[in-house]
Amino acid sequence: MADSTQINFVHHIESYVDSGSPSQQDASLLALAKLVTNDIITLESLVREMEMYLTTTDNIIRARGILLLAELLTRMSSKRLESNTIHSLIGFFADRLSDWRALRGALVGCLALMRRKSDIGAISGSDANAIAQSFMQNLQVQSLGQHDRKLCFEILECLIDSYPDTVTSMEDEFVYVICEAIDGEKDPQCLLLTFHLVERLAQVYPESSSSLSSYAEDLFNILGSYFPIHFTHPKGEDEVKREELSRALMLAFASTPLFEPFAIPLLLEKLSSSLPSSKIESLKYLNNCMDKYSGNGIHEQNEALWSSLKDIILTSAPSLLTFGPGHQENKVADEALVVVQKLIQKDNDSVSFLKLILKDVDVNTTLNNLSSYSNYDNITVTDKQRLNAVSRILHVSAAASVASCNAIFQSFFSALVTGLQSASGGPKFGHLYVWVDLLTACRTLVNPAEKTDLDKETWCTMLYNFCPLLTCSFVKTMKESTHDIAVTGLKILASFPGSFLPVSKSTFEEILVEFTSIIIFKFSNASSWRSVLNALVEIGSLIEKSDDFEKMASFDIIVVERMLTLFSYDDLSMPFSLKVEAVSKIGTTNLKYMLKIVQKFNIAISTDLQKYWLDGNSNSAEHAMLLLECYVDKVFPWFQNMKDTNNVPTQFALKIWSEIEHNTRFCNSLNEKVSMLYKKLIETTMNGMKHAVASCSEDSQSMILDKAFSIFSSSTSFQVNGSTQPVDFSCRDEWVISLFNSVIIALNPKTQVKNTKEILHNIMRALSNGHIPSAHALGSLFNKMQYFSLEEAMDITFNKYIAGNLRISNDIIIGLAWVGKGLLMRGHEIVKDMIKFLLNFLISNESISLFEDREDLMRAVADSFNIIMSDSEACLNKKFHATVKPLYKQRLFNMVMPILLSSIVKSDSSVRYKAVVHRALAHVISNTPLSAILGEAKKLIPLMVDGLTCLSEDVENRDIVYSLLLVLSGILTDKNGQEIIVENAYMIIMCLNKLIFYKHMMLVRETVVQCLTAMSELPYSRVYWFRPEVLQALSRALDDPKRSVRQEAVRCRHAWASISSRSLHI
Amino acid sequence: MTLGLINANPVVREKKERISRPDHAPHALDPLDIYDIVRDIRDPEHPYSLEQLGVLSEDSITVDEKLARILITFTPTIQHCSMATVIGLCLRIKLKDCFPSHFKVDIKVTPGSHADEEAVNKLLNDKERIVAAMENPSLRQLVDECLNSSEL
Repeated sequence: MADSTQINFVHHIESYVDSGSPSQQDASLLALAKLVTNDIITLESLVREMEMYLTTTDNIIRARGILLLAELLTRMSSKRLESNTIHSLIGFFADRLSDWRALRGALVGCLALMRRKSDIGAISGSDANAIAQSFMQNLQVQSLGQHDRKLCFEILECLIDSYPDTVTSMEDEFVYVICEAIDGEKDPQCLLLTFHLVERLAQVYPESSSSLSSYAEDLFNILGSYFPIHFTHPKGEDEVKREELSRALMLAFASTPLFEPFAIPLLLEKLSSSLPSSKIESLKYLNNCMDKYSGNGIHEQNEALWSSLKDIILTSAPSLLTFGPGHQENKVADEALVVVQKLIQKDNDSVSFLKLILKDVDVNTTLNNLSSYSNYDNITVTDKQRLNAVSRILHVSAAASVASCNAIFQSFFSALVTGLQSASGGPKFGHLYVWVDLLTACRTLVNPAEKTDLDKETWCTMLYNFCPLLTCSFVKTMKESTHDIAVTGLKILASFPGSFLPVSKSTFEEILVEFTSIIIFKFSNASSWRSVLNALVEIGSLIEKSDDFEKMASFDIIVVERMLTLFSYDDLSMPFSLKVEAVSKIGTTNLKYMLKIVQKFNIAISTDLQKYWLDGNSNSAEHAMLLLECYVDKVFPWFQNMKDTNNVPTQFALKIWSEIEHNTRFCNSLNEKVSMLYKKLIETTMNGMKHAVASCSEDSQSMILDKAFSIFSSSTSFQVNGSTQPVDFSCRDEWVISLFNSVIIALNPKTQVKNTKEILHNIMRALSNGHIPSAHALGSLFNKMQYFSLEEAMDITFNKYIAGNLRISNDIIIGLAWVGKGLLMRGHEIVKDMIKFLLNFLISNESISLFEDREDLMRAVADSFNIIMSDSEACLNKKFHATVKPLYKQRLFNMVMPILLSSIVKSDSSVRYKAVVHRALAHVISNTPLSAILGEAKKLIPLMVDGLTCLSEDVENRDIVYSLLLVLSGILTDKNGQEIIVENAYMIIMCLNKLIFYKHMMLVRETVVQCLTAMSELPYSRVYWFRPEVLQALSRALDDPKRSVRQEAVRCRHAWASISSRSLHI
Repeated sequence: MTLGLINANPVVREKKERISRPDHAPHALDPLDIYDIVRDIRDPEHPYSLEQLGVLSEDSITVDEKLARILITFTPTIQHCSMATVIGLCLRIKLKDCFPSHFKVDIKVTPGSHADEEAVNKLLNDKERIVAAMENPSLRQLVDECLNSSEL
C-alpha cells in the first residue's frame, strides 16, 4: 500500500515537471495537493522526494520543481503546518529569490507562505525580515516580466499589510526599494497594485517619519506622472478599469499630507487643461485630498485655486435657469462647486477663501447688474450662464457653514434687498433667482431634528425682518409671470420647519392660501398650475415627515378642506379632470387625507353612475370614467405601497355592487343612443373592479364574490333552468355579468369559489351571446380553479355547450381559446385535448372538403392560437394573480409545431386553405420566445418563407405578415441564426424581393428593406450572387411612396453596392 | 494638382438639426429629402460637409415630382474654385444612387458664383463626360472618398 502511494506520487511529480500539456499538469498538481492535505504523505517526505528536482543544475527542471512546491503550498493555504517546517521552507524560498532562472516558483512560494494566517502556522517576523532583505538584495523588479512584477508587488503589499513592524524597522531602505520597483510601471494591473502600495506605505509610516518625508517628492514624482489616468489605446480597455485605477491613484494622492506641497500645484495645473475629463479628475482629486491634507499648502494656493475654480464654474455652468429635479446637470461645474464648499469649510477660522469670493470682481458686478435681468426671456444665454454660476457659488458658500452664511448675508444682503425693493415694475428675475438659491442654502443649514440657537445668528435676524417683503415679491411674480421661479421660492420658504422663527406661521399660511387659490382659479396655464400643485404636494409630504402638528393643522384647513369642497358643488368653471388630479395628488401626502378623499370619490362615483343609468347623462358618465381611472392609476397603487391594501379596494368594490343592486331601473335608450360611451364606461368600470378585487386579501375577495353572486343569481336572466340556448340580456344584465366577470378575473387562486356550476352555466350562455369578457372570466376560472374538479367543469362547458352543438360559433371558439390559455398557463394535462380539439378543425381531412363552408370558423381557430400565446392586459397576468408555470409558451410551441408542420407539408390543397394553416402557424411562431425559435430555425425558415409568400396574398393577414417578418429579422441578427439564414439565402432573398412591393403596409416594406440590409453582412461568397437582383428590386424601392422606406432603401442600396469594391454602374 | 489649398480658410457654418418628420404627413418627395441625402457629402478639400461650408442649402434644391425633375444649384466657396466640378460630380453620383432613375437631375452653380459658370454647368450636365470622368481612377477615388467619408 505504502509503496503504491509512493509510486503514485512520484509519478505525479514527474508528470508535473516533465509533461507538456497544461491540463495534465493541473491534474497532477491537484492530485498531489489532495494527497498532502489528506495526510497520506507528509510535506517533509514530499520535499525529500523532490530533492533532485529542487537542486538540479538543469534550469528548466529546477524552475518547474520549485514552482510545483510553491503551487502546492498555495493550494494548502488552510492546512496547519508546523512552525519549523514553515521556517525551513521560507528559508529556502527566500534564498531562491537570488536564482533568477527559477524565480517564478520562489515568488509564488514566498507569497503563499506569507499569506498564511497565524492560527494555522504563519511565518515569524524574522522570516519576514529575511524575505525583505533577500528581496532588496536580489530583485530588480522593473527588469522582470509582467506576471513576475505583479507577484513582486503582491509580496511587497503583503509585507506592509501583515508585517508592518518589519517594514517600519527597515525605514529608508524599504521606501527606496519601493520607489525603485514602481518607477516606470506601465501595466494597468500592476499599476493598481502600485498605487495601493503607496497608499499603504503612507499609512504604515508615521507622518513624522524621516524616511517617508525624504522620499515623498520622489514618490510623488513617480505617481504624478500617471495623472490624469488616460489610455492612449482606448479600444482595448474597459471603462471600469480606468475608474478603478483613477480611484486607486486618488487614494494614493490623498494618503499622506506629505504629498500636499507637490499635489496641489500639479492639480492646479491640470485644472486649467482644456480636456473636460482631466478637469473632472482634478476636481475629484482636489475634493478627496482636501479631507486628508492639513490645509497649509492649500491656503498658500487659495488665490490660484479660486481663480481657476471660478473660471471653470463661470464657463461650464449650465445656462438653463431652472430648479428642482429638472435641474440641468453639469459634472464639471458641480464638482467645482463642491470643492469651493470644502475650501470654505476648511478655513473656517481665517475666512481667507470666503473673503476672496466676497471681494471678487466678477461676483460683485454680476450681483450689481441683477436688476438688468428683468425677465427670463430677455436674458442672453451668456448672461444666464453667468447668473447661474454666481448664484450657485453664493449657494454653496452660504450652505458651507453658519459663519459663512453670516458673512454672505452681511456683504450682500443690503444690496439684494434694496434691489428687490427699489425695482420699478415689479421684482426682477435676477434678484429672485439669487434669492431662491440663497434660501435653499439657508434651508440646508436649518436642521429640524436638533434645536440649535440659530435665531440669534446674523443671517436669521436679517431674514426675519425681510421675510414678509420677500414673500410679497414672490407672490407678485407668481401671479404675473409664467416662470416657476416664484413657486420654487415660496415652496422653500414654506418648507422651513415650524420652529424656525424668521419664517412665521402667518407667512406659511399666506403661501398656502396663495397656492390654493391658484389651483382653484388659475388653471388655464397648465404648466404653472402643475408646478404649484407639485409644490403643494412637496410641502404636504414634508410636513407629514416632520410631524409638525401646527403646520399640519394649517395645511388641513387651508388646502385639504378647500380642495374637498370642490367636489361638493357642481362648479363648472374648473374642468373635472383637473379637480380629480389636484385632489388625488394632495391625497398622496398623507393617509388621513387619502381616506377622506376616497370617501368623497366613492360618493361621487355612485352619484355619477346612478345619473347615467337613469337618464343616460353623458356628462356624468365621463366624470365617472375619470374617477375610475384615477382609482386604477393612483389610488390603488398608492394603497398598495402603504401596505394598507385591504380596506379601501374592498369598500370600493362593495359600493359599486350595492349601486347595481339598488338600481333596477335602467334607461332604455342607453344601449343604442351612446353606444361608444356606453362601452367605454363598462370597460372602465370593469377595469376598476378588477384592480380593486386584485388588491384585496382572500377573505375580502370571498366577501365581494358572495355579494356579487347574490346579486347575480337574484336576476331573472341568470336562473339556471337547464336550457343552453342564448338569452337576450337587458342593459342591467350586461352590467351585472360584466362586473361579475371582472370579479372572477381578478380572484386569487386561494379564494374559494362556490356555486361554480351556476357560474359556468351563466358564463357559457353569455359567451354564446358574444360577450367577450365572459371568455376572459372562463379562462381565469380554468386557470385558478382548485376546489372544483376540472373534469366536472370540462364536462359542463364541453359536453353541454360544445360537443352537442353542430354549428359552433366563433364566440365559442374564442371562449375555448381562453380556456386553453388558462390551462396552458397552469400547465394542466387537459390542455392537450383542448388543443387537439382545436387543431382538428384545421387539419382533419373532412374539414378540407368542407372548407368552403367553414372558412370563417377556421380563421377563428387560427386566431385562437394568437389568444393562447400572446400576453393579455385584460386578464390572466401577474397583476390578476394568474397561475403561471414557466416556459408555457415553449411547451405549446413544441406541442403544436410538429402537427402543423406535417399538415402544411402534406397538403396540396388550395392556397386559401394553406393560408389559414399558415396563419395559425405564424401566430405560434411570432409569440414564441426567439431563443426557442432559434433552436428549430432549420426546419422553420423554409416554412416561414412559404408562409410569408402565402399570407401576403390577402390584405387581412398584413399584421401577421409583419410579426412573422419581425421574427425573421430576429433570426437574422442572431449569430447562430445567421448560419441557417445563409443556407437558405436564395429562398429568403427571393421572398424579400417580392415583399418589397407589399402594398398594404408600410412597416412591412420598411422591415423587409432592413432585413435585406442585414443580409448584406452575411459572408460575401454566399450572397454576392444575389446582388444584381437585390439592387434591381431596391432601385424600385427608392421610388416608394413612403419616406422612411425610401431612406431605408438608400441605406440598403449603399450596403449592397459596397459589398464589392467597385460601385454599381459607371 | 494645385499647390496648397484653393480656399485655405473657408467660413464654416453650424450644422442644422435633422428634422424627423411625422409619419402621417404626406410622403411626397420634397427638397428636404434630397437635402438630407446630399448635405453630408464631404468637401473634397476640407473635412467639413457641404452644408457646413454653405455650398448647399435647402432653398437651393427644387423638385417637381410630376415631371420627375430635380434641380440643384450649389455655390462654390470661391469664384475660381476648381473643385466645383468635383462637387458637382459627387452630387450627381450620390443622387443617382439614392433616387429612382426616372428622375432627371440638373446640377448648376448659382449664377454669378463661379468665374467659369457656363463651362461648369455644361460639363456637369453632359452624360458622356460624367461617365468618362468616373472611368478616371483618381477622380473616382476622390469622389468615393467624399461620398463615404467618416471624417465629419
